[in-house]
Amino acid sequence: MNSGYAVSAVALVVVATVLVGAFGLRISRTTSDFYVASRTVGPRLNAAAISGEYLSAASFLGIAGLVLVQGPDMLWYPVGYTAGYLVLLLFVAAPLRRSGAYTLPDFAEARLASQAVRRLAGAFVVGVGWLYLLPQLQGAGLTLAVLTGAPDSLGGVIVAVVVVATVAAGGMRSITFVQAFQYWLKLTALLVPALFLVLAWQGDGAPRRAFEEPVTFREQRVVRVDDSLDLQLDRPLTVTVNGTVDGRPHDDQRLRLPAGTHRIEQGTRLTFDRGATVPAADRGSNGGMSTSLATGREERPLYATYGLILATFFGTMGLPHVVVRFYTSPHGVAARRTTVAVLALIGAFYLLPPVYGALGRLYAPELALTGDADAAVLLLPERMIGGVGGDLLGALVAGGAFAAFLSTASGLTMAVAGVLTQDVLPTRGVRHFRLGTVLAMAVPLAASVLVGGLPVADAVGLAFAVSASSFCPLLVLGIWWRRLTPPGAAAGMLVGGGAAFVAVAATMAGLPGTGRLHALLAWPALWSVPLGFLTMVLVSLATSGRVPPGTAAVLARFHLPEELRAEVKA
Amino acid sequence: MPQDPGERRVVVTGPPRRARRAFGYYRPRTEIDEQTTLGHTYVRSLMRTQLRAALAVFAVLGMLIGPLPLVFAAMPDARRLEWAVLGFCLYVPLVLLARWYVRRAERNERDFVRLVEDR
Repeated sequence: MNSGYAVSAVALVVVATVLVGAFGLRISRTTSDFYVASRTVGPRLNAAAISGEYLSAASFLGIAGLVLVQGPDMLWYPVGYTAGYLVLLLFVAAPLRRSGAYTLPDFAEARLASQAVRRLAGAFVVGVGWLYLLPQLQGAGLTLAVLTGAPDSLGGVIVAVVVVATVAAGGMRSITFVQAFQYWLKLTALLVPALFLVLAWQGDGAPRRAFEEPVTFREQRVVRVDDSLDLQLDRPLTVTVNGTVDGRPHDDQRLRLPAGTHRIEQGTRLTFDRGATVPAADRGSNGGMSTSLATGREERPLYATYGLILATFFGTMGLPHVVVRFYTSPHGVAARRTTVAVLALIGAFYLLPPVYGALGRLYAPELALTGDADAAVLLLPERMIGGVGGDLLGALVAGGAFAAFLSTASGLTMAVAGVLTQDVLPTRGVRHFRLGTVLAMAVPLAASVLVGGLPVADAVGLAFAVSASSFCPLLVLGIWWRRLTPPGAAAGMLVGGGAAFVAVAATMAGLPGTGRLHALLAWPALWSVPLGFLTMVLVSLATSGRVPPGTAAVLARFHLPEELRAEVKA
Repeated sequence: MPQDPGERRVVVTGPPRRARRAFGYYRPRTEIDEQTTLGHTYVRSLMRTQLRAALAVFAVLGMLIGPLPLVFAAMPDARRLEWAVLGFCLYVPLVLLARWYVRRAERNERDFVRLVEDR
């Protein structure tokens, strides 16, 4: 790919982000502007901003890569990300806005009048936020490395610096404009190339093999293996090898590999025949966005699918950058309408990644093998169209990908910085908020530079599972159940969220090798969400004497329409 | 002058509202504001209607999504169906469900306001 175009596109996105942020800075005057944009953001602008913030690297690059490698089952991800907003609308949106709190810890304190629960919720927000920031930074590094061959951490550092600058300078008001702008940028960056790609596909005679299983090579193709990997063959494969396979060097020899696992060393070139099946690669550590989340799927595909559905449906409402956005709506009714608009916007966006995934299966199937499946979206324009047109479209996609990293990262930074400023740093005020911003970004940046090859999709999956098992019970029971007590809420969050955290962390550490236990731990939501709810309910019932005295008034505030409330205050 | 004799017969004779309240006539609004037991009952009834609306839509969502993985697992050959349904067909129903819920929730709130404002 001609990296000149891509680099200028990325630079353009960065500059535009800073400019739009500066525009917001000019009208960002008060502390309230800073934190909640003075609660005056109308449904349309707010919906675009929420969508822009929500569509992260995982959505922009990851889904197409996952679909390319694993087929249509992976389309449950975008469906779950969207349906999560519907669940949030049903149970949380309007009461959460009416609660008048700014962050999840504020909500916990307003509902339960307990500093301990507040601190616990704050710890979970910071944890989930950092987990979610990590893949954004790593995705940025990956994109820049694929496009230009830059060192892996450079992209992450660029994103971190730009995000800290815009967030610290302009706060929520300026971020709202930046993110609304970035939604439309991301949509354009996927839509326009997709139209050209579909035209190219039509011109190619509209082959439909992409929808079949398994993926096959459409023509003879040479694949260079950049990282050593284990190839798993269900049936014998004939391939021409130039390099080392199973410890034996070969020099352009035609080999017939029997079924089983084969070790392909780094730097080996494999030439596949036309019509050959693309074999599955089992890689340990090279951590693209599309790789390791799927571990365990082969063993219990149905269980894994339901686990994924539950985690995304219930996890969305607890993501810190999603929740914080609801306080910027002027009132509860607007919060509801905003959510409907968000559903429409992200639903429209998610029509596009499957197109890239399907075309990737047709035109770049070897990406599944080399571990660069996340780059499918970036590489397809060049592969299918070529020439200057392909380069330009590729540059557009690269710019969109950077917009994705920037917008999600700034939303998360905003949320984490809000919690740090209010609960950790001594006095509240804009200067401390700026300090909080730097802190919020420094930790995940250091982690991404130090840890490097952590499987990033796992971090996203972990964030969703933890959020679904801790914040979802807190929000749903807190809003609809009068008998929730502070000890119950704390116990539920610790047991549910803690169990999910331990389970996924154990999987990432590679503790249980295979089998039923492995699937149970890799996809914890199916048991950890009910566990969280159950603990919260049982402990609350056991400590029924500790229902906060103001509960009835608080619930009335959550649920009464604003027109009734205005006079209550007066 | 109006021609319809019926219209002329309308005479407003009721005592002013303020006087009525002094005699102990309650308004739900006051009950809620003053957080009496009766006021809580009003809030509770609103919460119940809203929760019922939410659960109804959630049930529809569950019935729409719940069986799909089973269906796809039962028909491993229907790959194209899976592509079409998961890739393109679910988003419009999700948005429609959301709109339906918002209409219902807003109507519930309007009804409630009318009830407590005694209009």
